[in-house]
Amino acid sequence: MAPAVPAVAEAAAISYCQRQSRPGLRPDPPSAASSTRQASTSTWGGGVLPPFPFILASLLPRTKTQNFCRNEYNLTGLCNRSSCPLANSQYATIREEKGRCYLYMKTIERAAFPRRLWERVLLSKNYEKALEEIDENLIYWPRFIRHKCKQRFTKITQYLIRIRKLTLKRQRKLVPLRRKIERREKRREEKALIAAQLDNAIEKELLERLKQDTYGDIYNFPIHAFDKALQQQDAESESESDAEKEEDDDEDMDKREFVEADDSDLSDFEDMDKLETSSEEEQEEEEEVEKKAPRSKSKGKTPLKGPARRKRPYIEIEYEEETEPATKTKAA
Amino acid sequence: RMAAKKKRRKEREALGDEAPPKAIPKTIENQRVYDETTVDPNDEEVAFDEATDEFAPYFNRQTVPKILITTSDRPRGRTVRFCEQLSTVIPNSHVYYRRGLALKRIIPQCIARDFTDLIVINEDRKIPNGLVLSHLPDGPTAHFRMSSVRLRKEIKRKGKEPTEHVPEVILNNFTTRLGHSVGRMFASLFPHDPQFIGRQVATFHNQRDYIFFRFHRYIFKSEKKVGIQELGPRFTLKLRSLQKGTFDSKFGEYEWIHKRREMDTSRRKFHL
Repeated sequence: MAPAVPAVAEAAAISYCQRQSRPGLRPDPPSAASSTRQASTSTWGGGVLPPFPFILASLLPRTKTQNFCRNEYNLTGLCNRSSCPLANSQYATIREEKGRCYLYMKTIERAAFPRRLWERVLLSKNYEKALEEIDENLIYWPRFIRHKCKQRFTKITQYLIRIRKLTLKRQRKLVPLRRKIERREKRREEKALIAAQLDNAIEKELLERLKQDTYGDIYNFPIHAFDKALQQQDAESESESDAEKEEDDDEDMDKREFVEADDSDLSDFEDMDKLETSSEEEQEEEEEVEKKAPRSKSKGKTPLKGPARRKRPYIEIEYEEETEPATKTKAA
Repeated sequence: RMAAKKKRRKEREALGDEAPPKAIPKTIENQRVYDETTVDPNDEEVAFDEATDEFAPYFNRQTVPKILITTSDRPRGRTVRFCEQLSTVIPNSHVYYRRGLALKRIIPQCIARDFTDLIVINEDRKIPNGLVLSHLPDGPTAHFRMSSVRLRKEIKRKGKEPTEHVPEVILNNFTTRLGHSVGRMFASLFPHDPQFIGRQVATFHNQRDYIFFRFHRYIFKSEKKVGIQELGPRFTLKLRSLQKGTFDSKFGEYEWIHKRREMDTSRRKFHL
C-alpha cells in the first residue's frame, strides 16, 4: 500500500508538473478559472487593494469617453476590469514581432515566477490555421478572451498585409532641413540676386544681340547702320571700293564729324570692339547704308540739322519718323 | 575706417592729375577661386564633347522639344498654378497630374510618346521647392532646389500674359564644364528658332551658383536703349545633383552631387 500511494502521488505530481510545463493542453475546468480570477483580488485582501486600475491615474491615458491602457500585453487597448493584464491572473494576448504573430498566455500557476509568467506560442502564417491554433491553445478559456484574441489577430494580419503592399509602392523620403543651412542659403541667394543685377544684364545681352544682327531686318535703326558703317570706314582705310560705296563715302564724310562727336558722348564703347571683329556684317552694312542714302536725300533736312544735332547725343528724332509707326505697332 | 577713407580722398584730390587710378573694389566675382573646369571658348575637347553628347540632336535641329510638366503627389493650389504658368512660358509643354504614379514607370511611357524632357516640380508644405529636369531619351537628369517662386500675379508689372510665340533664351555666366552642361539642358527646353516677333526672352542667369529664371518682354526704344517688362513667373534654382541617365535615385550614375561638407567650405568657390 505504502509504495503504491507514493507512486500514485508521484505519478499525480509528475503528471501535474508535466501538465504545467507543457504549453498545449490546459484541462482546467472553468470554475477553477473564475475562482483564480477572484483569487487574485481575494489574496490581496479587502481594503488594501487600490481601486481599479492599479496604476496612477495621472499615467492613464484618457479621453472624454474612454480610458486607454498602455500596457503592452493588453488585449483590447482599453482600460477595463476585464481587459487589464494586471488585474486578471489568466490572460492571453496576441503580439507581433517582425511580421510574425505570437500568442502570449498568462496563468495563475506561474504568478510567482515573473520571468516565466508569459508563455509564447508562434502562430502559423496561414490565417485559418492560426485561428485554429488560437482555439486549440485557449480551449476552456473564457469566451471573452478567446474572441478578443482572434479579433486582434485578424487586425494585426490586416495591417501586416498593408505594410507589405505599401513598401512596394513609392515611399516618401523625409529629408530634414537644417536651419542654419537654410538661413545661410537664403542670405546668399539674396546677395547673389543683388550682385547679379539681372535687369542690366538682360538689357546688355539684348543690345549685344541687336548689334550682332541676330534680329536681322526687324529693327531698322538707321543710326545703328550708320555707326557700323562708320566704324567700318575707320577700321579699314581701304575698303573693297565698290562704286556705290564711294558715293556713300561722300555723305559719310559730311556727317562723320558730328556723328563722331556724338559717339564720344555715348558710353557704349563695346560696340566698336564687337564691330571690328565681326566680319559678316559688312555686307549687310553696305545694303543698309544704301537704303539709308536715298531716304536721307529725299528728306533733305540733314544738312540743316547738322549743327543742331551736335548738341544732342541722340539723333533719333528725325529718322524715327519713318520707322516709328512700325515700332508703335509692335508695342501695341 | 571712415577716417582712412577721408584721408585717402583728400590725398587724391590734392594730387590732382597725378593721382593713381582708382582701385577696383574687390567683389566675390573678382575673388572667385579659379575653377579648373572653366570652359575656354576655344576649347576643342569641350566642343567635341558637346557635338557628341545627348543634346547633339537638339542642337543639330533634329528633334523638336516636347516637354512634360508634372508635380509630386497631391499638388496644392500654388504649385498647380505655377505649373500652368510654366507651361505657358515653355512652348510645346503639357501639364499632367501625377496621381501617385511611379516615375520609373512614367519615363518609358513618355519616351514612347516622344517627349524630350520631363520636369517634375516637387512640393512641400504647399509651396514648390524642388525641380527635377530630365532629358528623356536617356539624357542627364538634374535635380534642383527651387526657391523664391513668384507667380505672375505677385510680380509688380502691368504686362499681359505671355503669348504663344517662341521666346528667346539667354544663358548667362555658365562658365565651368558643369555649368555648360546645365546650360545646354536649359537651352534644349526651348525650340531652336525663336520668333522675334513675340519679343519675349527667357533668361537663366547664373550668379554664385544660383540660377535665376526670369521671363521678360523687351522693346527696343532706340538703338542703345531697350526696355524690358517682366511677365511670367520667376524662380531661383540651385543645383543639387546631376545624374547621367534618366531619373533613378538608387542605381543612377551621378556626375555631380552637392556635398555640403566639401563644397560649402569656401565663400569664393563656385561650381557652376
